[in-house]
Formats: sequence, structure tokens, C-alpha cells
Amino acid sequence: MNAAFAPNEPPLDPPVLSIRDLRVEFPTRRGVLTAIRGVSLTIRRGEILGVVGESGAGKSLTGAAVIGLLEPPGRIAGGEIHVSGKRIDSLPRRQLMALRGKTIGAIFQDPLTSLNPLLTVGDQLVETIRCHLPLSRTEAARRAIDLLNEVGIPSPELRVGQYPHQFSGGMRQRVVIALALAAEPELVVADEPTTALDVSIQAQITGLLKRICRERGTAIMLVTHDMGVIAETADRVAVMYAGRIVEIGPVEDLIKRPQHPYTRGLIGSIPSLAARHERLAQIDGAMPRLNSMPAGCAFNPRCEIADARCRSDLPKLLPSGRGSVACWKLALAEAVEAA
Amino acid sequence: MGALGQPTLRVEDIAFHFDVSPSWFDRTVLRKPERTLKAVDGLSFAIPRGTTFSIVGESGCGKSTLARLVVGLYQPTRGSLSFATGSGSDGSVRTQMIFQDPYASLNPRWRVGDIIAEPIRHLGLRRAGGETDMRVRELLEIVGLSWRDAARYPHEFSGGQRQRISIARALSAEPEFLICDEPTSALDVSVQAQILNLLKDLQRELGLTYLFISHNLAAVRHVSDRVAVMYLGRIVEEAATDDLFERPKHPYTRFLLDTVPDLERPNRDRVPAVVDLPSPIDPPTGCSYHPRCMLATELCRTTVPEPQLLEATYVRCHHAEP
Ligand SMILES: Nc1ncnc2c1ncn2[C@@H]1O[C@H](COP(=O)(O)OP(=O)(O)OP(=O)(O)O)[C@@H](O)[C@H]1O
Ligand SMILES: Nc1ncnc2c1ncn2[C@@H]1O[C@H](COP(=O)(O)OP(=O)(O)OP(=O)(O)O)[C@@H](O)[C@H]1O
Ligand SMILES: [Mg+2]
Ligand SMILES: [Mg+2]
Repeated sequence: MNAAFAPNEPPLDPPVLSIRDLRVEFPTRRGVLTAIRGVSLTIRRGEILGVVGESGAGKSLTGAAVIGLLEPPGRIAGGEIHVSGKRIDSLPRRQLMALRGKTIGAIFQDPLTSLNPLLTVGDQLVETIRCHLPLSRTEAARRAIDLLNEVGIPSPELRVGQYPHQFSGGMRQRVVIALALAAEPELVVADEPTTALDVSIQAQITGLLKRICRERGTAIMLVTHDMGVIAETADRVAVMYAGRIVEIGPVEDLIKRPQHPYTRGLIGSIPSLAARHERLAQIDGAMPRLNSMPAGCAFNPRCEIADARCRSDLPKLLPSGRGSVACWKLALAEAVEAA
Repeated sequence: MGALGQPTLRVEDIAFHFDVSPSWFDRTVLRKPERTLKAVDGLSFAIPRGTTFSIVGESGCGKSTLARLVVGLYQPTRGSLSFATGSGSDGSVRTQMIFQDPYASLNPRWRVGDIIAEPIRHLGLRRAGGETDMRVRELLEIVGLSWRDAARYPHEFSGGQRQRISIARALSAEPEFLICDEPTSALDVSVQAQILNLLKDLQRELGLTYLFISHNLAAVRHVSDRVAVMYLGRIVEEAATDDLFERPKHPYTRFLLDTVPDLERPNRDRVPAVVDLPSPIDPPTGCSYHPRCMLATELCRTTVPEPQLLEATYVRCHHAEP
């Protein structure tokens, strides 16, 4: 079952994050929607795992489940989540809250929702810092200014006195990053941390993430759809489609030799800076809706190489090359080659 | 693309200043009474009908403020905006905006179907209710959602799905001029490709005009006719797309293009230039890019460069060369 993390990872110290067969559901009046359908992954100390995939594939929900911030009626319906060896998905809310911030730092996709509009940015940072670290108010205020400086906010000593609405979109996102890193957590779940940022500040943020990863051994789950950021930052990449991981492996392999047909389509639709084409390559069609998942492989209606088996049986994530892939066509090809 | 007749939008020396006076820090330490932040500080450009004009530039340089000025959410501190005539209620082009923050711009208590139908009803674009519903379905499908999504609420969608809802809403008003503030920032590349192709198709079929704001330089290259690079509230370079990307003239434009991660040869050891980012509250003297510029001289530190025409590019730099 847990093929995803058996063969490719040498058994070093226990992973900082380990997710096993996670399922997330939304009970609705029209029946139960299963948004995450069995996701398994691990992230080691000092490792950055990139998570990419179609919009609506379940990247943010996976992150929210780890942070313990699934919004009701959403719920974890199966599987386990361990952080530094400790099971956290069954913890009572209060204990989870304590972990969050201290052990797990969260950077959300939507920066506005994680900032309090009524408090100045400085006050929010000071509050978070003092909640987790034994610092006086003045020390915390100094640390707040340092943090803003680290995430590239100009004139931080003036900016601490401003309210979130007085910041530009990208600046707010950087404030959220500063908040997440304030308590020096072991694991950072970063959901699109650089979407609202231009390339130079983006480089600064990914540089910062890489540095805390290297210097403090922080493990990072980096959700983004910017393949450029992935290429320069992640060590391994997981590709999600319709609530599952369809491919996971080292970043160079995934970008240079994508295996799953969805991953290939994804890499193929990246617009390039160099050439200009009349139309961008796109994967035609749309991801299936949660309440009308096709039988077999969820990608089969859009897949050019799908056959009868793809339309009836669900492919498992199996080792292939240095990574793992969930595709009948590839698993078969491998088996044939091996024979 | 025909620059026939009036441009859809002409902007002349427009500026917008925020009052960012007393605050926590000011009160306790600085005791400084008043401060203004020149978010937009003298922009001029024109967007011919049926073309795409893009704005790129660092976070905080004033792009969203410009977009808000164009749709009339802010009144300019100085300068003017003039629109071509069109089918809008005031006789000028009908304008819509796709906001940078999709969630904040969708009413959380409305169903998605109502959110998209609202402009259609408000503008009376369809006569019967049934026709409105049909149009809502069609729009949902155009942006890669399903007609069944009409009954759901915004919070039930992922980030990229919400962004597509706000695109559908903007399109439902049948605008002639569409302002897109980071329209694809929350979308994965395959959905982004679908949306960018859609915008191009609409432009070809209906002659739409776009003001396109994005950090994604590859997307900008793909959709634009002209591109302006903003730095601290000013345009530092403006040119036809290919000129800008192939023969950048301003040192900042060159820096931006060099920083784009390259998939073929990712620079994993990139040491990001730890630059002292300039603050619009306290902008540098002279050319505001000079503290970061390799070419900066005394002249740059003291004198603001005026825009000059170099080949077919407008550039504000004392040292720009062909
Ligand atoms: N409250 C909810 N009720 C019902 N369905 C939901 C709810 N929240 C999320 N979903 C569904 O769960 C799926 C996964 O959502 P998620 O936010 O994890 O996507 P994502 O991969 O982060 O996408 P994006 O790249 O667009 O942010 C989506 O199809 C979404 O519609
Ligand atoms: N309501 C406000 N009050 C005070 N200052 C503001 C306000 N809104 C924006 N600003 C300031 O104006 C400047 C420009 O902001 P704007 O939102 O236009 O930037 P942007 O170019 O869109 O950046 P981003 O790429 O990060 O979205 C920023 O320095 C910002 O802090
Ligand atoms: Mg998301
Ligand atoms: Mg903006």
C-alpha cells in the first residue's frame, strides 16, 4: 500500500512529515465528496518536497490536513499524519493549536485570510513571536523588524506600524511568510508562497526557504504551480491529480523525463520566455468533478494513450526509475521490459 | 493590430498618492507627522483598441493601484484618463476587472451562479431568466468549471477554481475593455494555458482590449502587444513585446529577465541579490533604480531621467544604449 515511500528513500532518521493513505471528505446534502483519495508521502529533515498539480487536485487540502486547519464540514476520513514521529491527526484541537506555529509553520494560499485586518502588522508579528519564544516586547519588536527585512519588505521599521490593507498583494504574502517562520518551526507547509511575487522577490523568498532548510534542517512542503520555482527549489516533487499522487520523484527526473501522461502534459504547457507561439499547448478537457469520478484512472478521459484497463482499474503508485508513477501503461511497460 | 481611431484608453501623467501618516511606530519613536506614499507617480500610455498592454514590475511598484485608477475605484491625485466611446452606461467602453485577490472579490454568501449572473441581470444583457442561466452555464464551461458548480458557494472551491469564477464573472458583463490583475497567478500551467488561449480567442473574435498585469513574464510575452515595466510608481521602459524581451534597454528590465528561473538550466545555487529594496515611502533621489544599478553614476543619483525614445523603445535611463 505504501509503495510511495519504500524504495526511493534510504532509511535515514525518521521523516519530519509522514502522511499515510490520507483521505479527506466533505459530507454534503448531495452525498459525501471525497477530495483526497489516499495520499502518502514523506519529507525528511532539510528536504523540500514540491507539490504540483491541476487546480482543484487537492494540494491545499493536503496541506490544511497537516496543519489541522480543514474547515468543517471537511474531515480526515482515513489515514495517518505523523510529524517528527508523533501522530497528529488524532490530537485534540487544543494540542494541535499548540503545535501549529511552534512545530509547524503555515503559509496560506490566501494571504488576506491569515492576517487580522484590525491589528498592525507589527502587533501581529510580536504576538506570534511572544506566543512561542521567551522574548520581551522590545526584543520581539526587534525580531519582527528583522523578519520583515528577511522577507524583503523595504523600510520595515515604518511598515510595522501599518495595517494589512496598506500593503500590496505581494507584501502581504511576505508578511504571512514572516509570521510562519517567526517561531522557527521544524516543518513549514507553504501553499503558493510566491504566487503574488515578482521574480526577484520570488528568488529572495525561495532563497530564504532553502537557507532555513539547510541551516536549521527545516522540512518544507512547497505547494506551487510555478515549475520554475520547483526546478530551482525542490528536491523531490509530487504531482497530484484528482485527489491522488500520480507521480513522485527527484526534481530533475520529473522535469526532464516526466513519466505520467498528465505530468508530461503539465510540463508541455509551460509558456516559455524564449519562443512565442500562436497558441500555448494545453491539456484539453477538465479534471473530473469530485462527485463524478470516472472508473479506473481519473486521468483516463483526457489521456491519449488510455486503454480498456485504464477505464476500469485504478493504477497504484509503483516504483519506476528513481521515482514512482501511477499509470498502467508505464507499469506494464516496465514489467514487459523486466521479463 | 489596427490602431484605428481612438485608443481604448489614454492615460496622461496620472498619479496617485496614499496618505500613510501616523502609525504605531511613528507615534512611539519617530513622531513624524505626515507621510505620503506615491504609489503611482506620473504614468502616460495609450492602449489601442483590440490590443493587449501589459504591466510588469516588482511587487509594490503600483500595478494594482493603476488598475484601480483605471476602473475608477480611486480618483487620480493628478493627471487624466480618457476612454474611447463604447457601449458602457456612460457612453464609454464597457470595462470590467479581474481582481488580484479572487476570494476577496467574490461575495461569500452568494452562490456562484448568482455571482456570475449578477452583471448579466444588472446590465440587462439577456432578456429571459432562462437565457441568463444558459449563459452562466456556458461561461462556467468556458473557464473549465462545470454547470453544476453554479449551485455551490465560493468557499467550496480551490484557489484556482475561485480565480476562474472571477474570470467568468468579468466575462459575463461582455466587456470591451478588460483589466486583468494577475488573472492566472493561482492557476496551474495547464489551466493557465487554457485561460490565456481563451483571452486571445476572445480578442480575435470580439476585438477586446486588455490591460494585463502579471508577474509571469512568460505569460506576458505570450499575450501582449506592448509591455511597460514599472519601477516605484513610474514606467521605466515601454516597448513592443518582442523588442522588450529581445532587446531590453533598461538595466532593471535586464535584471528582471535574467531572474526568471529557467527550466532547462535551473540555477539551484542562485544567490538572490540581497538588494536593499527601495521604499515608495522614502524613494531614492534621482533615478529611483540607482541604488541597485550597476551603471549608476553621480548623474543618476541626482537627476531623474526623462523618458527618451531609443529605437522604438521608450526608456527612462541616463545610460541606456541601443
Ligand atoms: N468546503 C468545501 N466543500 C466542498 N468541496 C471542497 C471544499 N473545499 C475544497 N473542496 C474541493 O476539494 C478539491 C481540492 O481543493 P484544493 O483547495 O485542495 O485544491 P488545490 O489543489 O489546492 O487547487 P488550487 O491549485 O486551485 O489551489 C476541489 O475540487 C474543491 O472544489
Ligand atoms: N490602501 C493603501 N494605503 C496605503 N498604502 C497603500 C494602500 N494600497 C497600496 N498601498 C501601497 O502602495 C504601493 C503600491 O501598491 P500596489 O498594490 O499598487 O502594488 P502592486 O504593484 O500591485 O504590487 P503586487 O505585485 O505586490 O500586487 C505599495 O507600497 C503599497 O504598500
Ligand atoms: Mg490551493
Ligand atoms: Mg497588485
